[in-house]
Amino acid sequence: MTIPFPTLNSPPIDQVGVVQRAKRFCTRSIKNESKMQGLKMVLNMIDLTTLEGMDTPGKVRQLCTKAKQVHAAVAGLPTVAAVCVYPNLVAIAKQELLGTSIKVASVATAFPSGNSSLDIKLAEVAYAIDSGADEIDMVISRGRFHTGDYRYVFDEIAAVKEACGKARLKVILETGELGTFDKVRLASDLAMEAGADFIKTSTGKIKPAATLPVTLVMIEAIRDYHRRTGRQVGMKPAGGISKSKLALHYLVMVKETLGNDWLNNQWFRFGASSLVNDVLMQIVKQKTGCYQAPQYFSAD
Amino acid sequence: MAKNKKSAPTLMVPSRIPVLKTYKMFVGGEFPRTESGRFYTPRVKGRSLGNFCLGSRKDVRQAVAAARSAQAHWANRTSYNRAQILYRIAELLEARRLQFIQDLNHQGSSERQAQAEVDMSIERLVYYAGWCDKYQQVFGSVNPVASEHFNVSILEPMGVVFHIAPDNQPLLGVISIMAPIIASGNTTICLASESKPISAVNLAEVLATADVPPGVVNILTGSLDELAVPAADHFDINAIAWNRSNGRRNKTTLQMIEEKATSNLKRVRRYERPWTRLESQNPYLIADFCEVKTTWHPIETISESGSGY
Repeated sequence: MTIPFPTLNSPPIDQVGVVQRAKRFCTRSIKNESKMQGLKMVLNMIDLTTLEGMDTPGKVRQLCTKAKQVHAAVAGLPTVAAVCVYPNLVAIAKQELLGTSIKVASVATAFPSGNSSLDIKLAEVAYAIDSGADEIDMVISRGRFHTGDYRYVFDEIAAVKEACGKARLKVILETGELGTFDKVRLASDLAMEAGADFIKTSTGKIKPAATLPVTLVMIEAIRDYHRRTGRQVGMKPAGGISKSKLALHYLVMVKETLGNDWLNNQWFRFGASSLVNDVLMQIVKQKTGCYQAPQYFSAD
Repeated sequence: MAKNKKSAPTLMVPSRIPVLKTYKMFVGGEFPRTESGRFYTPRVKGRSLGNFCLGSRKDVRQAVAAARSAQAHWANRTSYNRAQILYRIAELLEARRLQFIQDLNHQGSSERQAQAEVDMSIERLVYYAGWCDKYQQVFGSVNPVASEHFNVSILEPMGVVFHIAPDNQPLLGVISIMAPIIASGNTTICLASESKPISAVNLAEVLATADVPPGVVNILTGSLDELAVPAADHFDINAIAWNRSNGRRNKTTLQMIEEKATSNLKRVRRYERPWTRLESQNPYLIADFCEVKTTWHPIETISESGSGY
């Protein structure tokens, strides 16, 4: 099945305006019960991630253990949303997370560069799905995108979506390599038209990774797409979000731009790993009144 | 001709309002105001010392974060380099000697007391600069053990030390504890004297220009009774230096600190000594903020009679 290439009407983005609007979301005061609720929501939206060349089965098992029980000392904490690994470690993660509601996400399509042939990429997706991945995080071909070959990028995403079957597809735009907000908006529209279930900012390998302004551009694209087609698309900022305060700013932005429908881990995720412990430190601080230190929380 | 010289134009200085300084805190190498936006106005003999930040628990949190992130790097510098930096602080203090004498005057010290305090502060920095690469030889040891191990003990810095400065010697008191704390590689947060904060706040300007890496020394101002609570509760502070009299007024605060410090086994050291005395400086103050690490290194038998150590 091939989807015809759509007419894209991506509006130009006012860069200064976006930066100013994003700043305003940082001024909300979130205290006490609402802060606690927000922190737990953040925890529940995290894709606990390890994407290193040195990843081992042991490391992934450790991460899965943490995903299932983030901090034994505090009762009633939610689990994280998913564990995100490389394809060759999906089987191990799947086995560890059997019987839980935690999803296994796998990066694929020659992550992080995306520089390979379509056949190899599709084979990698199939490998990840066969190993048990519930979600696929693909990267777009930024090189092709920059040469203006949008049709190639579109067809590639559509092909990967088809290969995913029931698995949900997150499309990584790698905004740090796109250059301008206009291109981010265009890439977002392209990905959604091609069937993305989620759009995601970054691989985490490039700086800048996720920022509030770039995420705002992407969720405005999601909002406009939803208004036009009625299809809901999720958002995943990834990389560079390691403080709970910043994560709460993201939630404010999502609530005020997309609404409550997106405030759950079905439609919003954080790609992060060190964020977990910072959120935990804040939760314990809220409960005990004492500022916490990292060494009292399990490594991830 | 000589008469004509008299009529040379003189610079006219109009009567003017003095430009008063905004006293700010010192956190992570920067000079922020308190997050809370509050201030207080300490007075000496009825005269205002100026407006100072009335720090909040969030300022403590920020300062601890700054001190923690600076600590490993500071400890990993060579002890020789830490000595150089301590000496550099002394150099810059010397250069601003008159200003610090004036500050102490404002805070109620006599001219002679003020001079003695500043001079001694400079000497004290030089003293601890000298100890930076020597205390390890004094306190470290090679220990005799009954097995085939090379057994050594060395001192390691504890980490982040919260220092509560005294009122009676607002400059010398700060330096006498700050110097031994940072000499071994600790980083510190100093809570300036509540009633006489000028010297500590101005010391921050010296530190900022003396090659002290950002975050190694942080200086907060505010209420002791208010800020001691989050500090004593904080899990990322390793030790607290109580550098004040333990009189009736302070007793409950000190007791509170000691009780709360048990939560994460902070070390609490109390000092109540006249810092002007030469006996008040010694390398044991460096050891007060260190932990002993002992290493058992397996070796082969190296002498006929068994282990050589």
